Amino acid sequence: MDLISIENLSYEVAGARILSDISVTLPKGGVTALIGPNGAGKSSLFSHVARLLPLQTGRISVDDLAVKPSNRRALSRKLAILPQQVHFATRLTVRELIQFGRYPHCQGSLKADDYAMVDVALAAFELTPLADRFLDTLSGGQRHKAHVAMIYAQDTDYLLLDEPLNNLDIAASRTLMALLRRLADDEGKTVVIVLHDINFAAQYADHLVVLKSGRIEREGKPSDLVTEALLSEVYSTDAQVAMVGDTPFVVP
Amino acid sequence: MRARSTLICAMLLALSCVLFMTLGAKGNWDFVLWFRGRKLAALLIVGAAVSTATVLFQTISRNHILTPSIMGFDALYTLIVALVVFSIGAAGFNHLPSEFVFFAHISLLIGAALILFGTLIGQHRTDLMRMVLTGIIFGVLFRSLSSFIYRMIDPSEFATIQVNSYARFNYIDLNLLWISAGLTFVTLSLSWQMRRQLDVLGLGFEMATNLGEPVARRQKQALILVAILVAVSTALVGPVAFLGLLVVSIARLISPNETHAVLIPLSALIAGIVLVAGQTILERVLGLSTPLAVVIDFVGGFVFLTLLLRKGWI
Repeated sequence: MDLISIENLSYEVAGARILSDISVTLPKGGVTALIGPNGAGKSSLFSHVARLLPLQTGRISVDDLAVKPSNRRALSRKLAILPQQVHFATRLTVRELIQFGRYPHCQGSLKADDYAMVDVALAAFELTPLADRFLDTLSGGQRHKAHVAMIYAQDTDYLLLDEPLNNLDIAASRTLMALLRRLADDEGKTVVIVLHDINFAAQYADHLVVLKSGRIEREGKPSDLVTEALLSEVYSTDAQVAMVGDTPFVVP
Repeated sequence: MRARSTLICAMLLALSCVLFMTLGAKGNWDFVLWFRGRKLAALLIVGAAVSTATVLFQTISRNHILTPSIMGFDALYTLIVALVVFSIGAAGFNHLPSEFVFFAHISLLIGAALILFGTLIGQHRTDLMRMVLTGIIFGVLFRSLSSFIYRMIDPSEFATIQVNSYARFNYIDLNLLWISAGLTFVTLSLSWQMRRQLDVLGLGFEMATNLGEPVARRQKQALILVAILVAVSTALVGPVAFLGLLVVSIARLISPNETHAVLIPLSALIAGIVLVAGQTILERVLGLSTPLAVVIDFVGGFVFLTLLLRKGWI
């Protein structure tokens, strides 16, 4: 069974229920977007799959590999995550950062094929000219690309990204989404992405999972799902939905 | 490029050592070498222990301005010594084999450090200002508790404690030197083996988890190593507040990258230079008019303030 499956996942913080009894399977291949209003539990769900939060109840497995601490090394070769906020204590060049992506494969002592993979990642994200620049000298968009290039160098089947479009302008956002789209289409990666912006989700994702108040509200194809009814029921707002070609577009 | 700064520092250290051993030496060489050699060994051990402890601590607490001593680690050690003397009395204390006492101190320090600092460092979003404040409060608390104990004990017990509570580079306990050398060697090799894992920890909790590192366990391991190194250096020469900060900051300035494979040896070399050259100058040129610890703390304190005020470095 090749997919991410989540069964009966619940999560409570200080008596407040953040996730209640979530069971969902995320398909292998393509781009899946998790959307929902603020506080719906998107990031909590992400953090559980990403091993950033310990499981309280329920189980999660990735390709039959249970998400639990003893599998951490195998999981790091199967599932790469990019958290919402990345803060490095050390000053790194782009190349040094991307080399860390090879850590799960070589435990830090890089071999020839690891260096080759780093070069592939640099080229794929058009970062080769910036390879020896320090991260803190790059623009926000470039730095973000370097982060994604690092988890790409991890060479996993699954890529998970938590709100990667935060603080990116429209051009950087489109470039990043197009890159992720290409990884899914050309290299058969499975991309799971938490998104704030429904329009980006509708444009670039194959599959949407909608959360509200810690529950899965609906899931399906963007063209079926993004409707005025969804916006009023899930987001409680009366926005108009227009069609641009086959893609629904929420008028802000 | 990578090897150059390390090489230069190694040569400078070798030069300082030769000067320290030979400058102004008169009389029987057997005695001079033996007498100065053991001081030199102590200085080198302390330098390596303090600098490595600082590097490890800065990595697990993810900041570049806090050190074990700023967080009150050596004050905690002094407090533990005072508590032990207080509870068993100076007579009992001096009666016990010093190795046993030393290992008891180390075990107590590891336990206390894990309880007090383990939770603080374990939090994923470490707030630098809260860490600084906690460190100041811990430091004051440990020192006040120690002086409270000093007031309650009799003068002979106080004399026993006093030997452990002030920085001193002129008198070295030979018994401790062998244990310290062994312990430092073991701890430094363990730290060296952890160097790549430490690099990954520097990426933060989320990224390290993504790369398959058990972050909480590594932090605990590093904290235990830090506690042993602090205990060794404090037992040998007493607390030196800003030495670690001073040498690791210099190492970060001149090192071509911040991997632990470069940073750990480079900081140790710089610490050796600062201590050995500093002690040589003070002994031979200034005639012991000022204790070395005072000079180091003065310069180190200045560096600490500069780092704290230059936000970009944090």
